[in-house]
Amino acid sequence: MSILEVNNLKKRFGGTPVLKGISFTLEKGEVLSIIGSSGSGKTTLLRCINSLETADSGSITVDGSVIFDGNGKTVLTKEQKRQNQLNVGLVFQQFNLFPQYSVLRNVTLAMEMQAKKKADFKQNKKKILADIDEKAKMYIDRVNLSDRINAFPCELSGGQQQRVAIARALALEPKILFFDEPTSALDPELTAEVLKVIRSLKDTGRTMVIVTHEMGFAQNVSDKVIFMADGVIEEQGTPADVFDNPHSEKTRAFLLKDIG
Amino acid sequence: MFANFVEQFPTVFNALNLGFIQTLKLFFVTLVGAIPLGLVISFGSMSRFKPLSALVKTIVWIVRGSPLMIQILIIYYFPGLMLEKNIWGTGEGGRFIACSAAFIVNYACYFSEIYRGGIQGVPKGQQEAGQVLGLTKSETFFKVTLLQMIKRIVPPMSNEIITLVKDTSLSRIIALQEIIWAGAAFMKSSHGISGEMWPLFFTAVYYLVFNGVLTVLFGRLEKKLDYFKV
Repeated sequence: MSILEVNNLKKRFGGTPVLKGISFTLEKGEVLSIIGSSGSGKTTLLRCINSLETADSGSITVDGSVIFDGNGKTVLTKEQKRQNQLNVGLVFQQFNLFPQYSVLRNVTLAMEMQAKKKADFKQNKKKILADIDEKAKMYIDRVNLSDRINAFPCELSGGQQQRVAIARALALEPKILFFDEPTSALDPELTAEVLKVIRSLKDTGRTMVIVTHEMGFAQNVSDKVIFMADGVIEEQGTPADVFDNPHSEKTRAFLLKDIG
Repeated sequence: MFANFVEQFPTVFNALNLGFIQTLKLFFVTLVGAIPLGLVISFGSMSRFKPLSALVKTIVWIVRGSPLMIQILIIYYFPGLMLEKNIWGTGEGGRFIACSAAFIVNYACYFSEIYRGGIQGVPKGQQEAGQVLGLTKSETFFKVTLLQMIKRIVPPMSNEIITLVKDTSLSRIIALQEIIWAGAAFMKSSHGISGEMWPLFFTAVYYLVFNGVLTVLFGRLEKKLDYFKV
C-alpha cells in the first residue's frame, strides 16, 4: 500500500479551476519533487493535502487512513481532521516561525500541546517536558543549529529560520513531510544550506514531497518527479524520465526555459 | 492672593484627592470591563456569520459615532424615563454604576477596533503554521497570535487609555463627584471656600502626573516586547 494516495483531486477558486483532477501515489521512503511554472497548482495541491484548503472533490489517503473524501463517504470530525493533520507536516516558503519564541520553544510548542491532552500529563509532567526538550534538541541538532537554540527568529538568517521550521515540522514525526518552495525566499548561498538539510533527511529514509524551482536539486534528490501545468499532471516519472526524456511538449518547453 | 493660596491649599488638596479617587475608580473599572468586552466585540465584528457581524458593526458605529457625554445621559436617565424607576440606585453609588456602564460600552467599542486591527495584522501564515502543527484554534490564538497582537496594539491602546483618563471628567454631566466636580465646587462654595477658580485649574496637575506615569509604564511595556519583531 502506498503511503500517499491522491485520487482525482479537484479544486476551484471562484470560477477558476486550479486542480483539474490530480491523481498520484507515493511509496514510503520516496522523495517526490513537484515542478511546474507559477500558477500551475503545485502549492494548492500541497495546501489541500495539508488541510489548509479544502478540495472540491476527489480523495486523499495517508498511510491507509482517509484524510479527505470529497465524495462524502468518510465524514471526519474536527478532532479527527486535526489528528490526521499530524500525519503530515508542512514547511512553508515564508518559514512562518513564531517570532515571540526562541528556536527551542518553536520546536517544543506543538509537542507540548499534544502532550497536555494526554491523561497522564499531570502525573508525569516533569519527565514528559524533559523528554520533549530532549527530542526538540535532537531535531535542532539535525538541522545543525544546536548553537542557536536560545536565539529568536529575528536574530537568524533566512536559511537558519527555514532550518528551524524544518526541525519544528520533523519533531512531530509526520509520516510525510511536505515542502512548499522551501528556498524560494532565500539567497543562493542560504539555499544551499537548506537543500543540504533536505538531502540529509532523504538519507535517513524520510518520505518527502517537495515543490521546488530548483531543477538541479529536484533531479538529484528525487525518486519521482511530477511536472504540473494548468492544474493537471502533465508528466510524471523518474528524474531521468522527466528531465532527460520528456514526452510532453509542455515539459520540454518548461525545462528549456529553465536552462534558458 | 498668594497668602490665600497657601492658606486654602490643604483643604483644597484633600477635597481634590477625594475627587481623584473617584476618577481613578471610574478609570480602572472601565479598563477592567472594556478590555475583555472589547475582545468579545472584535470577535463579533469579525464573525463569518453575517447578521452577527452586521449587528456588532452597527453598535460600534452608534457608540463611536455619538458623543460619550450623550451616552452617559441616555444610560443614566433613559431607563428611569421609560420604566419610571431608577435601575441604577440612588445617589453617588447609582451615578457611578451608570457612568461605569456607559464608559465600559463606549471604550469596549474603541478597543474592539484596535484589537481587530491587531488580530488581522498578524500574518495568516502564523495561523496556518499553528494549524499544520496540529494546534487547535484556541491554542493557536492564545499561544501564537495573542502576544503578537498585543505587541501591535500597545501604541494605539496607550493612546486610548490616556484619553480615557481625561474622558472620565465627562461623568460630571450627571454630577459624579470626580476631580473636576470637586475642583469646580470651590467656585461656588465648598469646605468653607467660595469664589476660587484656582482649584479647578489645579486639577490639570493630577491628570498630567497620572498620564505621565501611564506614559512611562506603556514605554516600559513596549520595550519589554522589543525582543521580537512582528
